[in-house]
Amino acid sequence: MSKLQNAIVGGVRTVLGRVPASWLPGGTPDPIIQKRATLGTQQPRIDGPDKVRGAARFAAEVPMANLLHAAFVHSTVARGKIAELDVSAAEAAPGVALVMTYRNAPKMSVPPAIGITNLKAAGNHTLPVMQDAEIRWNGQAVAVILAETREQAEHAATLVRIRYNAAQSRTRFKDGKKDASTPDSILIERNRVDKGNASKKLAEAAYKIDAVYRTPWQNHNPIEPHAATIAWQDGQLIVHDATQMIHATAGSLAKVFGLKEADVFVSSPFVGGGFGAKGMWDHQILGAAAAKLAGRPVRVMLSRASMHRLVGGRTQTEQRVALGASADGKLTALLHHGYATKPRHSICDEGFSLTGRSLYASASFDIVQHHVDLDLLANSFMRAPGETPGTFAIECAMDELAHQLGMDPVELRRRNVASCDPISGAPHSQSATMTAYDLGAERIGWARRAPAPRARRDGEWLVGMGCAGGTFPFARMPGTSARITLDARGQAHVASAAHEMGMGTATVQRQHAADRLGLPLDSVSVTIGDSRLPFASFAGGSSQTASLGAAISAASGKLAAELLRLAGNDTPLAGLRASDVEFADSGLRSIDEPSRHESFASIFRRSGHKDLSVTGESGPPLEMLKFSMHSTSAIFCQLRVSEVTGEIRIDRLVGAFDCGRILNTKTATSQFKGGMIMGLGMALTEETLLDERSGRIMSTSLADYHVPVHLDVPEIDVLWTDIPDPRTPMGARGIGEIGTTGVAAAVANAVFNATGIRVRDLPITLDKLAFNQTPEKREAISPPEFP
Amino acid sequence: MTITINGSDYPVPLDSRVSLLDMLRERLGLTGTKLGCNQGACGACTVLLDGERVLSCLTLAAQAEGRDVLTIEGLQGADGSLHPLQKAFIEHDGLQCGYCTPGQICSAIAMARELRRGDPSHVTANLAAGPEGPTREEIRERMSGNLCRCGAHNGIVEAIEEMLGGEPA
Repeated sequence: MSKLQNAIVGGVRTVLGRVPASWLPGGTPDPIIQKRATLGTQQPRIDGPDKVRGAARFAAEVPMANLLHAAFVHSTVARGKIAELDVSAAEAAPGVALVMTYRNAPKMSVPPAIGITNLKAAGNHTLPVMQDAEIRWNGQAVAVILAETREQAEHAATLVRIRYNAAQSRTRFKDGKKDASTPDSILIERNRVDKGNASKKLAEAAYKIDAVYRTPWQNHNPIEPHAATIAWQDGQLIVHDATQMIHATAGSLAKVFGLKEADVFVSSPFVGGGFGAKGMWDHQILGAAAAKLAGRPVRVMLSRASMHRLVGGRTQTEQRVALGASADGKLTALLHHGYATKPRHSICDEGFSLTGRSLYASASFDIVQHHVDLDLLANSFMRAPGETPGTFAIECAMDELAHQLGMDPVELRRRNVASCDPISGAPHSQSATMTAYDLGAERIGWARRAPAPRARRDGEWLVGMGCAGGTFPFARMPGTSARITLDARGQAHVASAAHEMGMGTATVQRQHAADRLGLPLDSVSVTIGDSRLPFASFAGGSSQTASLGAAISAASGKLAAELLRLAGNDTPLAGLRASDVEFADSGLRSIDEPSRHESFASIFRRSGHKDLSVTGESGPPLEMLKFSMHSTSAIFCQLRVSEVTGEIRIDRLVGAFDCGRILNTKTATSQFKGGMIMGLGMALTEETLLDERSGRIMSTSLADYHVPVHLDVPEIDVLWTDIPDPRTPMGARGIGEIGTTGVAAAVANAVFNATGIRVRDLPITLDKLAFNQTPEKREAISPPEFP
Repeated sequence: MTITINGSDYPVPLDSRVSLLDMLRERLGLTGTKLGCNQGACGACTVLLDGERVLSCLTLAAQAEGRDVLTIEGLQGADGSLHPLQKAFIEHDGLQCGYCTPGQICSAIAMARELRRGDPSHVTANLAAGPEGPTREEIRERMSGNLCRCGAHNGIVEAIEEMLGGEPA
């Protein structure tokens, strides 16, 4: 991102800083905050019965006649050229219909890159897809096999013979750091922050921490593999996809194949887990290209190995955090520098350096991040990108500082928690982080924590408690639209190309629409998941609920105006404008004189209309630029570490969240817990193993990449402040990602409290604890450099 | 040369490489059984073979010849009513995306039988005496072969506890 972007965003912020808040979206609090009936209650998922029956249809389950199955061949070098290519044996194998390589692949444009200015773009990298003999990462798809069965396709894939002329490649993080780049901006924020001479203040600080934290590559590993069932019909491209970017994938595929947007259809009603991974990668493009060549529909279902070779994960980071403080614990300096791998062809910024800009009111800041360009598969966003590694570093450093000060870690946060944006001074839309800390501390029994490390023991087990904060910015995407169709029986139907991958999208927006329209819950239905429906932005950045909520809210305003028009003059509502009425009791009523009410049924009966359809849109999210808007959390962990083996057992995990209003207590609890469990995985087991000599990912299966299993997951307590955010639709901020942030730090801090060992590189595997039990070794454990 | 699946007989596929999973999903359209890793690491494809849980991706269809396969589709009542465990999954929100769910449910049903039979597990204190009952620890250990990435673990265990509470352990 560019200097120009910094200037534009900075300029808009300056202007908005002078604009009265009442002129902006959320200028007056959403009335639904006060009027909610089903919002805030626990509602079971409306798709629950289908899901427990196995009847929810996923992308690879769409029946289609004459289907071919795809398998992929991946490059085994990181850079170079295909020198020899022999596909004859593969072509001759039983059942094979097509072997596609760069030699016969159709001409395709580079997909448009994901970006905030083009919501119809989904490209995760900027490389041509199978257009030449060039190899750009180890694992790149070099051939696609189509066969009558998957067994036949996978067998034929083993028969493709390729010799590469390998070229010099850059695959070592340490080497890449030497010529790392320093972008002007990270996402929409200016990269470099230099405020108040932090280096000088750090040098002068009475108490200081200066440490390096490392987080490894990680992979999303949804249980549903990436899949698509693809067909060309009369020049139109139909893709049943597993995607959290429906319209962006449709728009991108149109660009890649030179089609009109109206000729690409993407459907994705259910996604078997996404977490950032289910965007558009090469497999949809190659599947569509192969289907075109073969003249038959194609099913792509990536093997776990192909997922790891074609779909990027969360990048590795190396972060230096330096904190300076006075004796009362007040931060005088916050320095956050570091590196994240981001190949030049990659789109997604891993904005770990954003964390320290919002949490604490330090007297000075010095923040910048650098990108390491390696010849690897493009990295991607994974649940709570940026803030997940960022909170690990910042929140471990805060714990280290608390220990040095001899101060309770919660108290240290209390003394430093920001009352406005610490960099820009922008006011919070709503913030009660310390309320969350107090809730969480009480629940876990924080008062029982021994301040000194290694003070509690239970047989061979050392027992400890730790806490850490989490943060994730609010986002509402412009353009997301929803159509409300209201019929004469008072039934409302909401439609939008939004996404369901476990969040409960339709369940919650049904509650919202019911409350918004003054209808009982069973009078509302919701359809999502298809590009034929009104435009929706991606499901990412914890933005979907707010974006869709804003669209439904806008549509309801239009619906009121249209209903008044239909009602005419022969109605108790005569003479009222849309702003004078509200939805109530399956009809409209005057806000000032509630007795003036007419039901939808009555309005439709008189006007003779059968139904009414309106579409509303989420407008420009100017509130994001005027206010500091963040979901925050306080995570508490109690665990045991075996002094014999170094094994860690998590006994309790408590998450207390300040995310505005909670809309459905059942699905929200699940989402928070899910985020926290991914945080547990990050803390303890998850690490994508990259062979830095070859750039090849070694851990390409669920046997090698360790996600938390049932026995790893304790009872998790979830609490929330439930204070409405007056600047957001429904008073809610995002909850999808905040659960993950802060968890790894809380675990690491609890490990320190239990053992006195400070582990600064994730995951905290037992080898980092078992072999370092001597007092001399209770310093930071750093990984050995790769030879 | 047939396999009984949810009470109906189907011919064994001629291609001996066909897994039970692929037979169910690709040939019979029984897509309730999920493919997660196709290498026995995730449990999403769990079905019951003569009442015991197996990973259908690691089971050749030919191995099921003459045997009884029960998949998620065969679990509901003839009238379409949900199995008590399916209801409990909804009630306890033991699912999010729903992809691992059929495997979790099938696995739990067979696990209940293993518990009743007194099969010990890794966390059983006294191997000879068998499990003390359907403790959370026993359930968690025995369900650890069924991965869930959305993080519905607490709800899954609660749903299984509810089912086990309704029958002798």
